[in-house]
Amino acid sequence: MATRLKETDVVVVGLGAAGGVAVLPLTQAGVDVVGLEAGTWLTKKDFAPDELRNNVRDWPMAVQKAQQEVPTHRVNAKANTTRAGSHPMMNAVGGTTLHYWAQSWRLNPWDFKVVSETTKKYGASRIPKGSTVEDWPFGLEELEQYYDKVEYELGVSGQAGNIKGTIDSKGNIFEGARNRAYPMPPLRSTGFIDLMTSAARGLGWHPFPGPAAINSRTYQGRSACMYHGFCNKGGCHVDAKNGPHLTTIPRAQETGRLKVVTRAHVTSIDADANGRVTGVTYVTDGQEFIQPAKVVLLASYTYENSRILLLSKSKAFPNGLSNNHGQVGRHYMSHAQGGSVTALFPFNINAWYGLPAQGVAVDNFADDNFDHGAHDYIGGGNLWVMSDRRPISAAGMGTFGRTPSWGSEWKAFVMKNADRTNTSYLQKTTLPYEDNFLDLDPAVKDPLGFPVCRITADYKDNERRVSALAQERMTEWYKAAGAIATQANPIGTMGPTTHAYGGTRMGRNPETNVVNEWGFSHEVPNLGVLGAAVMGTSGARNPTLTAQALAWRTAEYLAKNWRAVTL
Amino acid sequence: MLRSMADETKGVSRRDLLKRAGLAGAALTMPVTPVLPEQARPAGVSPQSPAPPRREPIENLTAAEADTLEAICARIIPSDANGPGAREARAAHYIDRALGGALRESREAYRAGFDAFDRYCKSSRGAAFVELSARDQDSVLMDVESGSATGFTGSSAAFFNMVRTHTLQGTFGDPYYGGNANFVGWDLIGFPGIRLNVTSEDQRLGSKPTPTHKSAYDTEMFTKAQAMKSEPSVPWLALEKSAPSATLGKPVANGD
Repeated sequence: MATRLKETDVVVVGLGAAGGVAVLPLTQAGVDVVGLEAGTWLTKKDFAPDELRNNVRDWPMAVQKAQQEVPTHRVNAKANTTRAGSHPMMNAVGGTTLHYWAQSWRLNPWDFKVVSETTKKYGASRIPKGSTVEDWPFGLEELEQYYDKVEYELGVSGQAGNIKGTIDSKGNIFEGARNRAYPMPPLRSTGFIDLMTSAARGLGWHPFPGPAAINSRTYQGRSACMYHGFCNKGGCHVDAKNGPHLTTIPRAQETGRLKVVTRAHVTSIDADANGRVTGVTYVTDGQEFIQPAKVVLLASYTYENSRILLLSKSKAFPNGLSNNHGQVGRHYMSHAQGGSVTALFPFNINAWYGLPAQGVAVDNFADDNFDHGAHDYIGGGNLWVMSDRRPISAAGMGTFGRTPSWGSEWKAFVMKNADRTNTSYLQKTTLPYEDNFLDLDPAVKDPLGFPVCRITADYKDNERRVSALAQERMTEWYKAAGAIATQANPIGTMGPTTHAYGGTRMGRNPETNVVNEWGFSHEVPNLGVLGAAVMGTSGARNPTLTAQALAWRTAEYLAKNWRAVTL
Repeated sequence: MLRSMADETKGVSRRDLLKRAGLAGAALTMPVTPVLPEQARPAGVSPQSPAPPRREPIENLTAAEADTLEAICARIIPSDANGPGAREARAAHYIDRALGGALRESREAYRAGFDAFDRYCKSSRGAAFVELSARDQDSVLMDVESGSATGFTGSSAAFFNMVRTHTLQGTFGDPYYGGNANFVGWDLIGFPGIRLNVTSEDQRLGSKPTPTHKSAYDTEMFTKAQAMKSEPSVPWLALEKSAPSATLGKPVANGD
């Protein structure tokens, strides 16, 4: 028998990157919030510099809720379904921001206007066949103030490239105008990063240090980064990585209006016959609870957002909550993160320390930053080179076909070359398509008996061409810096990824979008959705800052329009 | 076109490389008599380590399995003129211990794998692996790596890859887990070790920070990982009245 709890103003499902930010503007405006989180609090003591535990064994994800709900994947509706061995995200107060790379990018102006800009410049026929891409309901100018709030509230380090239209070539000359500089200077460079930066300049490109939600100096009383080399999936031992668990959530708690409930496994969002949500049902320690609320903000991960909506069936929503137009799960995208390039240098590059956010970016080949007139694709890739190495993975390096994979010859190769390789990170434009979508798996279930999310998606010609372009330019860059061998790695699949977009897309047209321009459901006025799940284009850079800016905007809208939303 | 080396690196096996060098056949048909002096020594004993390292009490494997594993690890990362290898790192000890914890699910694969491995050694080479010369041990491992060794459930390559993966973990992972003894793995590849505060100078080209020879858990600031057991799982997922059990990490009061 479910226990019915006292009603609250807003229940936020998931206190990760997005939900953990939304709670602050709400509580500061006097709104009472219950935050339901499937994970627990973790602290800097939980993140030892231990590659075996963090990277090889995937702790703490391997023991969490998400791990039991790994989505299945098939490349198309006729293909076999497979299931990955692990979920890329983790459950905790602060979510995956506890151990993510913390690259905190704003999208470029083009990302908001892919359809109109492409049509204007190259003609409508250049939008790839089958793509469901739309312009966002607003441009970068609208989101700028929210990017700014998040950058300052959480703390982002970086080098501005465009302040109010004044271009600074030390930063990204392609970025849209920002109102002011980052609150902190960029993370420091390294010898190898300096070398790559010079090589890019030599090619006539515009390299710059990337933005990161990591302290380059003491910020808000928390330490600067220690560059210890175990940031990647390892969390921060000095609280220099600025997730909501260190910033917005504690500040929201200080208002006395945020109640954090950990280990809460939300099973459904409940709706009445009038088509309004009334609260959520969750399970913890084998007990079922109903948390009534005037407004529900769904802020789990992209896969889980669509899954919870599809599982939440009612009289008013027989095909799942907010799905009477059949749009839940549509417009799924990822980032083609797999298609990287690995290089071998004839000298040690001393990359044993550092972090994935310590590096150099080139944006010349991203978005529409170059002329596509002679190309048969739209979009592009952001090139990123970083200082990130740990011993087990270093010893497991490929041998570029030069030796076997074990024995004395291999040992000699690894001894010589373990510090001579570098793998770039190339994020590329991915467009939404009619046949790339999320739904419920008909066979695979979680421990409670609910179907897991099923991904049906594959990269199309446009994505593969963009990936080839990014790999060609990256190969050129490495060679300019002295690499003696390079290897282009496969693009991979569109299975579970840390950069999953769509499923509850934002847009003015209710026929093609789940939420409106404020992030509230077209069909359910008191249901909001947060996260990259609402983004209609992927951009060519990490999604987190955009998801956080959108979350702040949705929360602020709710606080300012409380009567209209809760009427 | 990308001028990539993907094709060159894809699926290159030791046998392929030896074939390219015209050596594979020779290695397979070579009499037991070794060609080079160090290959006449008992497997795993190198000039640099006249006495094999002392072995720890076995925790999960059988004695015969542990002997075989020691010998396989010693060929995957041999002790040779370039210094100590997986045997000195105690990679087999790491694996034996982990098979009772984080690698528990691999225990059956090891049991069945060793069983098939032993039968294959005896039927194809006439002796148990530990009794073969280093050269014959390598030729057996080439068969197992390539998938051509018979008698395995599925491909023998899966067994090889599992043992190789775990040997690397045991050689290059944190010593806390029972391998990488005396930091031989980290020294081998030049990893300067755990540093909680890395300076700008430590990241310059040509800079060679002094190896710290510290485990992550030598400091008291971190919650200890579970080296012997699996990490606790998530009891609150079950929709039944189960007793609350260990929370992940350090429990902190909810903010209510």
